[in-house]
Amino acid sequence: MTLRHVEPVMGTVFSIVVEAGAGGDEIHKINEINEVEESRLGAGIATAVARLHTIDAKFSTYREDSAISRMARGESVERDPEVAEVLRRCAEVEADTDGAFTAYPAGRLDPSGWVKGWAIEEVDRLLRQAGSRNHLIVGGGDVQACGEPGLGRPWTVGIADPRQPDRYAALVSGRDFAVATSGTAERGAHIIDPATAEPATGFASVTLIGTRIARTDAYATAVFAMGPERGLQWAQERDGIEAYAVLPDGRTVETSGFARFLVG
Amino acid sequence: MRRAIVTGTATVSGVVLLLGLKPHSNTPLAAKSANNNFTITQSGALDGSQPSSAPSSSSASGSGSGSGTSGSSGSSSQPGSAAGSPASGVAPAGASKTVTGDAADTRYGPVQLAVTFSGKKITQIQVLEYPTETGRDQEINTYAIPQLNQEAMSAQSANIDGVSGATYTSEGYQQSLQSAIDKAGA
Repeated sequence: MTLRHVEPVMGTVFSIVVEAGAGGDEIHKINEINEVEESRLGAGIATAVARLHTIDAKFSTYREDSAISRMARGESVERDPEVAEVLRRCAEVEADTDGAFTAYPAGRLDPSGWVKGWAIEEVDRLLRQAGSRNHLIVGGGDVQACGEPGLGRPWTVGIADPRQPDRYAALVSGRDFAVATSGTAERGAHIIDPATAEPATGFASVTLIGTRIARTDAYATAVFAMGPERGLQWAQERDGIEAYAVLPDGRTVETSGFARFLVG
Repeated sequence: MRRAIVTGTATVSGVVLLLGLKPHSNTPLAAKSANNNFTITQSGALDGSQPSSAPSSSSASGSGSGSGTSGSSGSSSQPGSAAGSPASGVAPAGASKTVTGDAADTRYGPVQLAVTFSGKKITQIQVLEYPTETGRDQEINTYAIPQLNQEAMSAQSANIDGVSGATYTSEGYQQSLQSAIDKAGA
């Protein structure tokens, strides 16, 4: 049994797929238990969706009244442990990436590069808490997978081709993994390279695979800002991270461990 | 067949290039845009029978034919025709019907879709109307609408569970899609 939910939130769309009773060492269950499980998982999805809206209300840079917007305007804001935690994580990633990622991409507070991925992880956490062991969450093109969609079958994720948006550049699959893509295709050159304060243009898109989406997504933003030469080298040296890049001329480049995720 | 796909794609690239050259232009391109209805079709016989045709690993990006979305998006001059449907020989078994969704008002302008169903399965989504006021809208929509179609179609695909890299999505698109689904009772 599959539960699906699509929620427009945070300026994009989140989609949640929960496979109940699939995969792992689950044995056949009787119908009554399945119904209980279904309603529990459905409640878990509802909780997770509510959580996304709460995160948006606090962290949106598009909402004038969010804590982040008020802080960015220099207003005094009551100390919020969640905001502090997000800023701490941003600082960690900034250190990891030699400043290629920052919570101040245009000189103004904007931790969105961490927040979206973290929001996906929050959905993942709440679904697990509701008993889900097999689910896939997509938030604005960033993916967190947990478990598998069917017994012995991994999740399959298409990487959108930045040069032909109706095509996939590649298909990857895995079980507990995260996929994040940074690119110029849909939103133009929007990632600022903190080193030059100019939009980064070295990639058409770069996709990172890791285990947890918040860090994987923030790293993808950083690698994009670094550009192909430095960025792919950085990804190559990073444990637990693989990268796949489409260059502006259409060539593709990948790190040495990426191939094990490729389908076909 | 292959050639048709390439042509369609080249056309859309051409449009993108044009827009890319005038990113901030307010030149009304509406007359031209009226023909640029993005359409993605999907074979009704997809389930199980269609090979997932995953791209080979190190090939150029252009060769990846996404499974699930077998059509090409493009500036088709015959919106709603089978131009984007290489697998058009396979007619869905059930009765096919097309439902026009409500026009959703967005801050950028109206978005309206027509959705074709075979039974409860969506086989085609056409974008009838989308904002074209500014160069920025053009730029976004040129990319985003095929992406949104891809997302909507692949959500039904047996082969693809999610898409990475489709970041911009329009609430208007979702609203109009939902209203069409509601109307169809699918």
